[in-house]
Amino acid sequence: MSRLFKASVIENRQVIKNHFLLTLHPLDNIGKPRPGNFFMISVDNCLDPLLKRPFSIHRWLGRDFQILYRVAGKGTSILSNRKPGDTLEIIGPLGNAFPSLRSNNKIIMVAGGLGIAPILGLAETINKYRPLCFYGARTHEELLCIDELISLGIEPVISTDDGSLGEKGNIVDVLKKYLSSQLPPPPRFCLYACGPGPMLIALSDLAKTFNLKGYIALEQNMACGLGTCLGCVVNTTDGYKRVCREGPVFPINEVIWE
Amino acid sequence: MNLTTNLGKLKLKNPVMTASGTFGYGKEYSEFIDLNNLGAIVVKGISLKPMKGNPDPRICETPCGMLNAIGLQNAGLKEFIKQQLPYLRNFNTKIIVNILGTSINEYIELAENLEAAGVDAIELNVSCPNVKKGGIVFGTDIKIFEELIRDVRRRTRLPLITKLSPNTADIKLFAKAAEDAGSDIISLINTITGMSINIKTRRSRLANITGGLSGPAIRPVAVRMVWECFKTVKVPIIGMGGIISAEDAIEFILAGASAVAVGTANFVNPIATLDILEGIKSFMSGNNIKSLKELTGTVKC
Repeated sequence: MSRLFKASVIENRQVIKNHFLLTLHPLDNIGKPRPGNFFMISVDNCLDPLLKRPFSIHRWLGRDFQILYRVAGKGTSILSNRKPGDTLEIIGPLGNAFPSLRSNNKIIMVAGGLGIAPILGLAETINKYRPLCFYGARTHEELLCIDELISLGIEPVISTDDGSLGEKGNIVDVLKKYLSSQLPPPPRFCLYACGPGPMLIALSDLAKTFNLKGYIALEQNMACGLGTCLGCVVNTTDGYKRVCREGPVFPINEVIWE
Repeated sequence: MNLTTNLGKLKLKNPVMTASGTFGYGKEYSEFIDLNNLGAIVVKGISLKPMKGNPDPRICETPCGMLNAIGLQNAGLKEFIKQQLPYLRNFNTKIIVNILGTSINEYIELAENLEAAGVDAIELNVSCPNVKKGGIVFGTDIKIFEELIRDVRRRTRLPLITKLSPNTADIKLFAKAAEDAGSDIISLINTITGMSINIKTRRSRLANITGGLSGPAIRPVAVRMVWECFKTVKVPIIGMGGIISAEDAIEFILAGASAVAVGTANFVNPIATLDILEGIKSFMSGNNIKSLKELTGTVKC
């Protein structure tokens, strides 16, 4: 079993505009990824783009696995054109994972936009603990995986920036209202979150206000994904840490936002 | 087939090494390749005191390459000797330590301590473009450059490699100065200073504003510089700059390199070094070449 492996594309389906669901079949045995782990994927065997791209594991299907991604540049654009039967070179699973649940905590999952990618995989492993889920997107079309969450017995609280579904506004404000409505003493909540930078910053402030513990999965440009290039660092209360190695999941109160 | 290569008194079992800063301290790559098969491991640059490095973003991809401004983040000499060196010593390969300082005395202290700790060679990092103090200052001011090499030379018996900056008007002058000052080997090229701008935010894509360009994009520049230096100096040359395949490595050897270092390719493909070594072997056997000496510097001009 090697973390450097090839996988063939089973399906690469556009789910909404610019968003794709990629199903891969590893051609070698690979380690079972845990929610929060990521893979470095070579979108093509070429010099431009040169580097592999990091993608978090979306769903583990036993042997095959899925990546949910958005076309954001040249690399993901090439990836979106890969067809069933194509072979991709991949390294992984890499990085750390969302930590296991402490029994006396109630989990609140928070996803913003494509941050749902690792959160759904997490939901699949912890749904027996009946976590809450707060999920926001720009518009209702960009709310992915709602049916999957419901089929796991998780009814997400939803918001959209344009008000096209759920509450109008951002999901952190919705969560704040919910937390404020809880009678003291508040349950021991623990946040598990992934989403864009501004959402995570707001969530960090919220965690401070309500004295909540939590973990956030970060995204960062990477060259190697293995911990050697030191290119993907994030500033923390304990100095610069590598998102690929000490992360991508960090305690929410550890990250220093600049 | 004879793959050994003699870089002065530093003898390598084969010509494929790693470039400093692209291979950590070896551990991360031992999962993918047998480190015993490498000609040498050049570790990430070490300073006397720990350095925390630059703010992020530190890297960005550019056509056929990448810019980096890591800022020489490292845990410092003591940690290296205690934590990293014992592990590296488990392997039958040469361990070369890239060192950097903000004064000549710091370089000397590093060299003396590393010699005592039992490393195989020192590479003077005088060409990092991403830190304000030290680094490139020593690589672009030829008087300080010569003084540094001469002073470190006096204080260590270890083979001394000087890594040259391409960010000078004429790299040949520095190659010659390094040789005259007592450097046993020269290695080139370090990254080329570059910049990339996000046109939406009108900001540089690196927090440090500028960074060092590496990868296949810089290879023709590097090959040309190796060739120029080969014609200028007698000391052996370690060639590097965008090597991603055996063919690339052979280009450097023909231009005058006695060994090659693989850098950015390690990020792309963690088994790149050994793929390249295998490719060199099959090129040699396919062309009935018995020893590397038959190739080094034999470009027809």
